[in-house]
Amino acid sequence: MATKAALRELGRNSRAAAGIGGSRGFAAAAAAAPAGVAERSEGGGGGGGTKAVNLFTAVNQALHIALETDPRSYVFGEDVGFGGVFRCTTGLADRFGRNRVFNTPLCEQGIAGFAIGLAAMGNRAIAEVQFADYIFPAFDQIVNEAAKFRYRSGNEFNCGGLTIRSPYGAVGHGGHYHSQSPEAFFCHVPGLKVVIPRSPHEAKGLLLASIRDPNPVVFFEPKWLYRLSVEDVPEGDYMLPLSQAEVIHQGSDITLVGWGAQLAVLEQACEDAAKDGISCELIDLRTLIPWDKETVEASVSKTGKLLVSHEAPITGGFGAEIAASITERCFQRLEAPVARVCGLDTPFPLVYEPFYMPTKNKILDAIKATVNY
Amino acid sequence: MAATILRRLNPAGAAPPRAAPTLDLARRAVSDSSEPLTVETSLPFKPHLVDPPPRTVSTTPRELLAFFRDMALMRRAEIAADSLYKAKLIRGFCHLYDGQEAVAVGMEAAITRRDAIITAYRDHCLYLARGGDLVAAFAELMGRQDGCSRGKGGSMHFYKKDANFYGGHGIVGAQVPLGCGIAFAQRYRKEGTVTFDLYGDGAANQGQLFEALNMAALWKLPVILVCENNHYGMGTAEWKASKSPAYYKRGDYVPGLKVDGMDVLAVKQACKFAKEHVLENGPIILEMDTYRYHGHSMSDPGSTYRTRDEIAGIRQERDPIERVRKLILTHDLATAQELKDMEKEIRKEVDTAIAKAKESPMPDTSELFKNVYVNDCGLESFGVDRKVVRTVLP
Repeated sequence: MATKAALRELGRNSRAAAGIGGSRGFAAAAAAAPAGVAERSEGGGGGGGTKAVNLFTAVNQALHIALETDPRSYVFGEDVGFGGVFRCTTGLADRFGRNRVFNTPLCEQGIAGFAIGLAAMGNRAIAEVQFADYIFPAFDQIVNEAAKFRYRSGNEFNCGGLTIRSPYGAVGHGGHYHSQSPEAFFCHVPGLKVVIPRSPHEAKGLLLASIRDPNPVVFFEPKWLYRLSVEDVPEGDYMLPLSQAEVIHQGSDITLVGWGAQLAVLEQACEDAAKDGISCELIDLRTLIPWDKETVEASVSKTGKLLVSHEAPITGGFGAEIAASITERCFQRLEAPVARVCGLDTPFPLVYEPFYMPTKNKILDAIKATVNY
Repeated sequence: MAATILRRLNPAGAAPPRAAPTLDLARRAVSDSSEPLTVETSLPFKPHLVDPPPRTVSTTPRELLAFFRDMALMRRAEIAADSLYKAKLIRGFCHLYDGQEAVAVGMEAAITRRDAIITAYRDHCLYLARGGDLVAAFAELMGRQDGCSRGKGGSMHFYKKDANFYGGHGIVGAQVPLGCGIAFAQRYRKEGTVTFDLYGDGAANQGQLFEALNMAALWKLPVILVCENNHYGMGTAEWKASKSPAYYKRGDYVPGLKVDGMDVLAVKQACKFAKEHVLENGPIILEMDTYRYHGHSMSDPGSTYRTRDEIAGIRQERDPIERVRKLILTHDLATAQELKDMEKEIRKEVDTAIAKAKESPMPDTSELFKNVYVNDCGLESFGVDRKVVRTVLP
C-alpha cells in the first residue's frame, strides 16, 4: 500500500514538473486514465450531427479536433504539410499554422526521435510515418526509447503524448514496400499500445483516444479503406475506448477475431457462412496490445471455436498470441484447434497478391473445417 | 511565355529542313566518326576539399550521337511507362526518370560494367544504361515472366547482375550502406573496380548515409556517393528539408564535387575523375544537379509543390537531350531531320518492346513461394476446393 501511494505521489510530481498548464489536455487525461478515455464517448459525439465520410476524412477530422482541443499538440511527418499522400492532413497546416503542422525531411528515425522528445516535454506529438513499410528506421526509437521511457526512468519521464500514425496493409497493387502489416513487431514491446481501426467511425474515435491516451501509441490505418470505407461519422469530438474489443455480430458456432481492413473480409465470410447455417460471432479487437482477452475468452467459452485472421504472415503474427492465450484460458471448452487464416510466409508479393491474402474463401473454408471438426 | 513563342515559331523554322532531303548534300549519313572532339562543360565544377577536373571534355561524334540516342530512348520509355501505368498495366509503385537521363548515361560512359551501380527505386533508366533489355524492362514493369527480376520485383526492383547493377531498392536511403558494402568487397578483391552508390536529395538526410560514409572514409573504400539532386524529396523542396542543400559538402571530411547533372559530358568527366580519385583516396560525393519532370511517383502529379513555369523553364533551358541535340547540330554531325527520324525509330522500338513484353505470361504461380530461402518454400493447400493455402518453411 505504502509503495503504491508513493508511486502515485511520484507520478503526480513528475506531472507537475512536466505540466506547462497541467490542468489542460494531456496531464488531465493522464490523471484520469483509463476512465478518461470513455469520458467523451457517450452519445458518440460531442454535439453536431453525423455525416457520411470516408476513412481519410475521419482521420482528418480527428486531427483537426486534436489540434483544436489541445494547443500543445503537433502533427508532422513527410509531406504532411501538403495534406499527406493519403490526404489525411489536408487543411491542417492552413488552419493551425506551420508551427504546429509541418513537413519533415525523409528521416523516419528523426521523426520518431523528435516526436518522443516533444512528447517527453508534455506535448502531444502526432507523428506520421508515410507507410508502415518505412517505419523500420524508426523502430529503434520506438522500441528502445519510446516504449521504455516511463519504466526505465521510474516514472520520472514518459512520452505518453506520443502517437505514431502509419498506413498499413495491402491496397491491391502495392508491391513489396507499400503493403506490409508490421503490427506484430510492435505487439512484442511492453510499454506501447497498438491500435488499428476498421472503419471511419472507429478511426476517428480511436485516433482521438490514442492521441489523448497517456501512453505511446502506434496507430495503424488500413490504407485500403481510406477511400473505400464510408460511413456515418459524428462531426463532433468523441473517443472510443482502447483495449476494448467490440462484438460486431453475436453468434453461437464460432468466434472470428480480426482487426483493421481484415474485418470487412471476415464480415463477408460471416454472411456466407450464415447461408450455410453457421452462426459466427465476429469480434474486432481494435487494440492489439494490451488486448481485450476477456471479451474474446467469453465469446470462445460460448462458441467453443476460434478463428483469427490477419494480413501479416502467419508465423509469429499476432494471431499466434491470441491462439496461445485463448487455448490457455479456454482449453477445456475448445472443441477444435484454433484456426489462423493469415498472410503466407513469403515477402509481400507484387504479383499474386490475392494468393498471399487471407481472402474470404480461405476464411470460409477454415470456418467450415473448424465447425465440422 | 518563351516556350509558347518558340512553339509558334517552330513550324516556320522547321520548314527549310523538311525541304532539305531533295538536296544531295543532306544524304550524307549521320556521323559515326571517332575523331576526338573537345567540348566545354556548361558550368564549372564546384569542388569541396579536392581539385576539380578540367571543364574541357573530350568526346567523339559517335559518342555524342550515342548519348542522344540513349537518352531519347530512356525518355520515350519513361513516357510509355507513364501511359502503361495509367492503363493499369503497371501495378505497384512507379517512379519515372525523365529529366535525369544525363546522369545515367554520363556515368555509364565513364566507367565499365565491372564497376558496380546501386540505386533506389527510380531505377528503370539505370538498368537500361547498364545494357538492360527494353523488353525485359517493360516485362518487369508489368510483372511478367520475362522481366529482369522475373516479374517479381516490379518498377522499383530492377537488377542486372552480369553488368553489376545492384538495383533497385525500396526504402529511402537504405541502399547507401549496402552500396558501401559492395565497395568494401571490391577493396578486398583489388580489381580496380568501384561502386557508384546513388541516392536522392531526400535520402541525403537519412542517418544511415552518414554512418556508412564514416565507415567508408575510415576504410578508404572505393565508393562514389552520387547524390542525384532533383531538388524535391517527394513533395518537399530541398531547402525545406536540408539545412545545407550543398550536398557535395555534406560529407564534411569527405571530398565532394558539384556537377551539372543535366550536362551529360560534365557527368562523364566527373565520374571519370571520381573513379580515379576513390581508388586512390577513398570516398567522394558527387552531387548531380538534375531535375525530374514527372512527380515523385505516379500518384504525385508533381505540380502542387512547384510551378508549371518552373518545369517548363527547365525543359527550355537545361534539358539534357536538347543540350546534346544542339551540340550535334552546331558541330554538324547530323541534321535536325536525321535526329527526328532517330526519335521516330526509337518510338517504334519502344512500342515493339511493349508489345513483346505484353505477350510474356505472368510468372508461374509457384514463383510466389520461390526465393524466400535457398530451398524454396513448400506449399500446403487444403480445405474445400483446396482454397486454404499455407506456406511451408524449408
